[in-house]
Amino acid sequence: MDLYEHMGKDLFRAQGIATPEGRVCFTPEEAAEATAAFGGRSVVKVQVQAGGRGKGGGVVLVDAPERAADEAARLLRDGFAGHVVDRVLVEEQLPIAREFYTSIVLDRSAGDYLALMTAEGGIDIETLARERPEAIRRVHVDPMLGMRPYHVRTLVGTLPVDARDEATAVVLNLFDLLRERDATLVEVNPLVQLEDGRVLALDAKVTIDDNALVRQPDLAALQDQFPIDPVEKRAKDAGLQYVKLDGEVGIIGNGAGLVMSTLDVVAQAGARAANFLDVGGGASADTMATSLEVILSDPAVRCVFVNIFGGITRCDVVAKGVLEALGRLEASVPIVLRLDGTNAEEGRRIIADAAHPRIVSVATMDAAAAEAARLAGVAA
Amino acid sequence: MSVLVGADTRLLVQGITGAEGTFHTLRDRAYGTNVVAGVTPGKGGRDVEGIPVFDTVAEAVAATGANTSMIFVGPRFAAEAILEAADAGLDLVVCITEGIPARDMAEVHAYLKGSRTVLVGPNCPGVISPGMANVGIIPGEICSPGRVGFVSRSGTLVYQIVHELTTIGIGQSTCVGMGGDPVHGIGFIEALALFEDDPGTDLVILTGEIGGDDEERAAEHIRSAVSKPIVAYIAGFEAPPGKRMGHAGAIVTGSRGTAAAKAEALEAAGVGVARTPSQVALLVAERLGT
Repeated sequence: MDLYEHMGKDLFRAQGIATPEGRVCFTPEEAAEATAAFGGRSVVKVQVQAGGRGKGGGVVLVDAPERAADEAARLLRDGFAGHVVDRVLVEEQLPIAREFYTSIVLDRSAGDYLALMTAEGGIDIETLARERPEAIRRVHVDPMLGMRPYHVRTLVGTLPVDARDEATAVVLNLFDLLRERDATLVEVNPLVQLEDGRVLALDAKVTIDDNALVRQPDLAALQDQFPIDPVEKRAKDAGLQYVKLDGEVGIIGNGAGLVMSTLDVVAQAGARAANFLDVGGGASADTMATSLEVILSDPAVRCVFVNIFGGITRCDVVAKGVLEALGRLEASVPIVLRLDGTNAEEGRRIIADAAHPRIVSVATMDAAAAEAARLAGVAA
Repeated sequence: MSVLVGADTRLLVQGITGAEGTFHTLRDRAYGTNVVAGVTPGKGGRDVEGIPVFDTVAEAVAATGANTSMIFVGPRFAAEAILEAADAGLDLVVCITEGIPARDMAEVHAYLKGSRTVLVGPNCPGVISPGMANVGIIPGEICSPGRVGFVSRSGTLVYQIVHELTTIGIGQSTCVGMGGDPVHGIGFIEALALFEDDPGTDLVILTGEIGGDDEERAAEHIRSAVSKPIVAYIAGFEAPPGKRMGHAGAIVTGSRGTAAAKAEALEAAGVGVARTPSQVALLVAERLGT
């Protein structure tokens, strides 16, 4: 779960990491008030679960409360890079002397934590990593031993001498935060030194491990604050992995790998997937029915491709679920059904016996994808 | 011949008394796997359809000579179950459990570095050596004994592709579902090394998916240390770019983790990369000259 910047900064401050003063604002009026409180100048920062805010006009310096209100109104109205926006963070402007970068991430290749720091922050860090990797200090941290003083000395070694003590505290606090709050990423870009010498986190990117939300109840509760499409919410509540895409063939499958593969095969057949929907393992008839309802509620869908390879999932149960769904709702588009694996023959027999006019049963994945593309009217 | 599991496997099941644990234990035993013990704390002394249950892994090993564990313990306690199995000296631990916090797995990963225990998973479908032993939830009836090794990040893709192989008469030596969690046990490289040394394996299939750089690193390994033919499949060419906040991930891997980048890296290492699951079986047949 990616946190909004202001949520990340709450965690930072609780951990003893200094940030600029700021207020979360839900209306242009609140943004104006906050700016007035900060002496008539502020930074208006859009709050979305995405990066690239600086380049995309999502972070704006303003020099009057009315200007803050204008920018907040624009962001709240237009959204940002396709994201719905319901709040901005309005922060005090500060005299910045230098910009650094630091992050700690769970390194999936090494199975440990990787901490990074560079004195050249505030810029495109990926470009720096490609062009001058030696400018970035990096240390691997053993999860059992934790962040040791020599790790930190290495990391802060390229920073100006008068910034190192405070940067050391920041890195140690970030590591504690990462461990205690089950984060898989904490990133500060930029970490700044002010003209008076103080070191502050000007930004905060924090990703919390979804698997750990059960033991981080206060963070789990934050999920309700993120805007979610009603269809996606319905799917999520039913325990389905659903992502809306912009094609015309609705996809239902079991297992993320098989569903991704189904998207690919449909594309090769000349059509485009309208969604990614993984029913997971052991799907019940009810799960299948909910999945179909979710997909058929998308007006862009011109055909549905149900691709099931039964392992734990039983094809006879899937077949019954599809029929049950079609008893509950009107299917206005054809459904291509491919069942293989556990109890596939029984599943296919159930479908054949029902002889539902909307269901086309196809034996192989490739043939089913071609049929789905044809029925969607986009391929030969 | 086979890798990881086979005729010598003496299986104990941690979490045997749960619904999933019982179901798959009995299914694996019916397949022919030598299931010797179960472990559920507090339920020692009972049995599950004749399989004795112990309170601790160490007791179970002492009493039954178990050398392999399969874990169905829930996500909150699964990391500890892995540590207990490693401390009891098991050769292999296959962790099926989904949803283990990454921090717990990072600790397990660090601990296992100094251990003789090999971990497969978590969040994986397990390992099957057709005709010999099934340790996990891969449906045994879709597999057939043979000489093709298989390692995959995705579970259902294993089923799909194994089914296609079996349909055209190509059997498998061992299928390894390594799981898709960020921090996991053996990966492509370790599995490829095992298959390289296995006289019962002539060719290896590797199936990957978007994210991380496991496939890119596997390509490097294949280039330098693998002599057997490799066929690969990558899922996710059409997957939407994931929401990604920080840049740190890309800095770590130096890769954007796309399916295209992975396929390209593997092809550059001489691997035959199929475009659909069905094509995998055909490519395998072609490379084997059958």
